[in-house]
Amino acid sequence: MSDKANKPLLSVRNLIVEFATRYGPVRAVDNISFDIFPNETVGIVGESGCGKTVTGLSLLRLIPSPPGRIVQGEILLGDQDLAQMPEKDLARLRGEEISMIFQEPMTALNPVLTVGSQMIDVLLRHKKISRQEARETAIEMLTRVGIPAPKKRIDEYPHEMSGGMRQRVMIAMALSCNPRLLIADEPTTALDVTTQAQVLEQIVKLQEEFHMAVILVTHDLGVIAETCDRALVMYCGNIVESGTVDQLFANPRHPYTRGLLDSIPRLRDERLDKLPIIPGMVPDLLHLPQGCRFADRCAFAQADCRVAPPTLAIDDDNRSGVACYHPLS
Amino acid sequence: MSEPLLKVVNLKKHFPVRGGLFSRVLASVKAVDGVSFELGKQRTLGLVGESGCGKSTLGRAVLRLHEPTSGEIYLNGEDIIALDRDALKKRRRDMQIIYQDPFASLSPRRLIGQTIQEPLDVHNIGTVAERRKRVEELLEIVGLRKHVLSRYPHEFSGGQRQRIGIARALALNPSFIVADEPVSALDVSVQSQVLNVISRLQSEYGISFLFISHDLAVIQHVSDDVGVMYLGQLVEYSDSAGLYRNPKHPYTRGLMAAIPVPDPKKRTRRILLKGDIPSPMNPPSGCPFHTRCTEAMPQCSQEIPKSVNVGSAEKPHHVSCHLFPADNK
Repeated sequence: MSDKANKPLLSVRNLIVEFATRYGPVRAVDNISFDIFPNETVGIVGESGCGKTVTGLSLLRLIPSPPGRIVQGEILLGDQDLAQMPEKDLARLRGEEISMIFQEPMTALNPVLTVGSQMIDVLLRHKKISRQEARETAIEMLTRVGIPAPKKRIDEYPHEMSGGMRQRVMIAMALSCNPRLLIADEPTTALDVTTQAQVLEQIVKLQEEFHMAVILVTHDLGVIAETCDRALVMYCGNIVESGTVDQLFANPRHPYTRGLLDSIPRLRDERLDKLPIIPGMVPDLLHLPQGCRFADRCAFAQADCRVAPPTLAIDDDNRSGVACYHPLS
Repeated sequence: MSEPLLKVVNLKKHFPVRGGLFSRVLASVKAVDGVSFELGKQRTLGLVGESGCGKSTLGRAVLRLHEPTSGEIYLNGEDIIALDRDALKKRRRDMQIIYQDPFASLSPRRLIGQTIQEPLDVHNIGTVAERRKRVEELLEIVGLRKHVLSRYPHEFSGGQRQRIGIARALALNPSFIVADEPVSALDVSVQSQVLNVISRLQSEYGISFLFISHDLAVIQHVSDDVGVMYLGQLVEYSDSAGLYRNPKHPYTRGLMAAIPVPDPKKRTRRILLKGDIPSPMNPPSGCPFHTRCTEAMPQCSQEIPKSVNVGSAEKPHHVSCHLFPADNK
């Protein structure tokens, strides 16, 4: 981990993202703040609908708008606020300073162009180099992400490659301009476990080689444990806990984090009679309870939990915190 | 051992690949290629493998939802392959299926009550009042309240829909259910709730399951026996405790090593499996796994390994791998 770098690379402050629906606006992300420091890998974890993907997309203002809208908040990269920046400047910044990869590499790649021509386009757009140089860079990038026979494969179309290969191409493309931050949205969810292991190992290796920070959005706590330095746990549009993975997995402070950890089906020495569960289900974002959003499913909830929502109390190190009136010790 | 509930012998399902003039058969995909197993009464056989290994096809072929190409299937000693249409329909009372996607497997235009009652209507069981009563019973078994009967599928979460799918499969009191990735589309906290329902059905109602999943951790939680599939073949097959404590086949070991472990202190990732699954249209010669195997020997690409019992007579542990030669038996 990078303890020396105390100045955050990216600071998000009080971000609110709303989507217009037939039944009124829904807050997918509700007033979240966090910092990402240089060279660290931060996981954003939570179940479907918790706002983790919307958070990732909002950082580059990629949410479909309408219906989506950043209602308030700052997204600070150095002294630039990405939330306010003109679209033209932001377009230059995407790919060059911050890159993104997605869950389904088949839909993120253009099916009628070879992977080479798509990679060359990205390079020519951001760098003053010749087409030939761009092609050489593209081949080098494919080599670095572990694609065999890159000189041949660069002229193939996406459908000629397997899912794992396509995700590697996406990563090669995302890193080709040497970004400072890579946002990976469920990059291995569509892949088989053996392929997932290969791609994750590649991401960890490249993070070190490229000296970049990585935000890894995933529902899989196992993936977080194996790849991240820190993680943010989201529930119903809020960050309920953040911390180093060592702390989160050994001593979770929020009852939701604890419940998530307990309920993962994992390889065990003996088969259990009953898997631990979190009772009930996630509340409807249109009809949120008045107090803590987890209170109805929480074994530790007391009367004060139902009065007003707790805020995320950030620790002095700026890297961890918990939003709970009665945190576990 | 007593008479098995289900006995499958050398089952094959090949899909023709057509093309060219007059849609000639150009090749065939050997989705299931010679699989044999037995499932005891009140037991669960977990079937695990990566996408494309043929596990879902096998599940459907056993129910004759895909007509098998060759092989034998016996349910309670009765030859399922020999049944004609009407007889098969009657037999289906006893063998049901739960599908993966709870969003696609329920008709969006039918009330939940109608959906669950449908099997009773089709098989003409009981009076209308008795059917109603049975539907209410079924809801209670899967942990849903009565008032859901007059609602539509879109009003439910994924976990609730999967419970509805389970209730429908239970309607006819089957002795055998194929569960095809029943929790893969669900969030972890809900996944464990549904797995607990399935475990209960197994012990309280004595139902046997063929439980199909890509997730070894999920399989461990529900299964008495486990079969590992690769390219249409069962490469390892044993009681659950034996397989998890002492996996023999290099593929099983690789699959286990690839599962992300939700504990940051155990980052000992070793990638045992490289590359992707070969196409089942053109499987490798000899052992189908030799192209990805770290322990491949010269004979692996030439001879197909035989299935060998490396366990005892009471606790058989079958493995098809040249590391375990058949000679000494």
